[in-house]
Amino acid sequence: MIVVNGEPSAVAPGATLAELLVALDAPDRGVAIAVDAEVVPRGEWSSHRLADGAHVEVLVAVQGG
Amino acid sequence: MRIAGHEFGSRLILGTGGFPRLETLADAIRASQTEMVTVAMRRIDPGARGSLVDVLDDCGVRLLPNTAGCYTARDAVLTAKLARDAFETDWVKLEVIGDERTLLPDAVELVLAAERLVDDGFIVLPYTTDDPVLARRLEDVGCAAIMPLGSPIGSGMGINNAYNLRLIREQTALPVILDAGVGTASDAALAMELGCDAVLCASAISRAEDPVGMARAIRLAIEAGLLARGAGRIPQRLHATASTPLAGTPDFVHPSDPARPVPEP
Repeated sequence: MIVVNGEPSAVAPGATLAELLVALDAPDRGVAIAVDAEVVPRGEWSSHRLADGAHVEVLVAVQGG
Repeated sequence: MRIAGHEFGSRLILGTGGFPRLETLADAIRASQTEMVTVAMRRIDPGARGSLVDVLDDCGVRLLPNTAGCYTARDAVLTAKLARDAFETDWVKLEVIGDERTLLPDAVELVLAAERLVDDGFIVLPYTTDDPVLARRLEDVGCAAIMPLGSPIGSGMGINNAYNLRLIREQTALPVILDAGVGTASDAALAMELGCDAVLCASAISRAEDPVGMARAIRLAIEAGLLARGAGRIPQRLHATASTPLAGTPDFVHPSDPARPVPEP
């Protein structure tokens, strides 16, 4: 199971981060991803495959500060 | 004003938090004439629509990502790195909070995070208390500006310790940016009169009854405060100093007054 933003995800282990973003209907810009509390740079999203048990945070720009 | 080699025409940094609608935010940005606005990073909300980044792009402003909500250096550093990836900027408004109720900075974690981020190539603008010694520590680790609070975030209490702000101003050549506490235009003017280089302001504008009107008011107050500082204020005194000369004051003789001697011609 993959945990995305604190919830179990329908995305199966082995999926790429790019596939996860499509499933989340994420915007093109202002997005960042951490897997197990490490940044995965934008350039690696299409190649980075999610391992079973991964904790993913998908963040977007919001108003603040 | 120059921060980390970048020249800014505007001395107002606008926080984007608290605006009820993106349209109001865009109008306030234009009225404020700011060149840099803060943004935060939060978990994606599948229901959310309307792109903040597109709106800010249209306004032509630089983005200053913050680390709001972080309570440890570790989380703040990770959040800054995520923001760098999302917005392609090395700039970060570093916030490391130590207390939920007051949102006051955690000095120890703040310096630790600042040091790590500077080492990693970030331009670090730390939200800090008004403690001059902490300001010196932040300067020592290589921060690009000092951003002391006037009073707690969103409190609208203005500048609680003008004396400390003056001490910070006096000791550093870095830009000093008042961050947090501004309630209305006069607070921003006072910050500039005390020697601040700029003011960062969110709630005072975004939660005002008329955010666009307040954006303009605070912009003009910053300009007024800066001009007043340059013009050199008079010293404060306990007693009055007449502004009209005493010489030539008339001596009215009313018919009911007792007779008084008249000088010989």
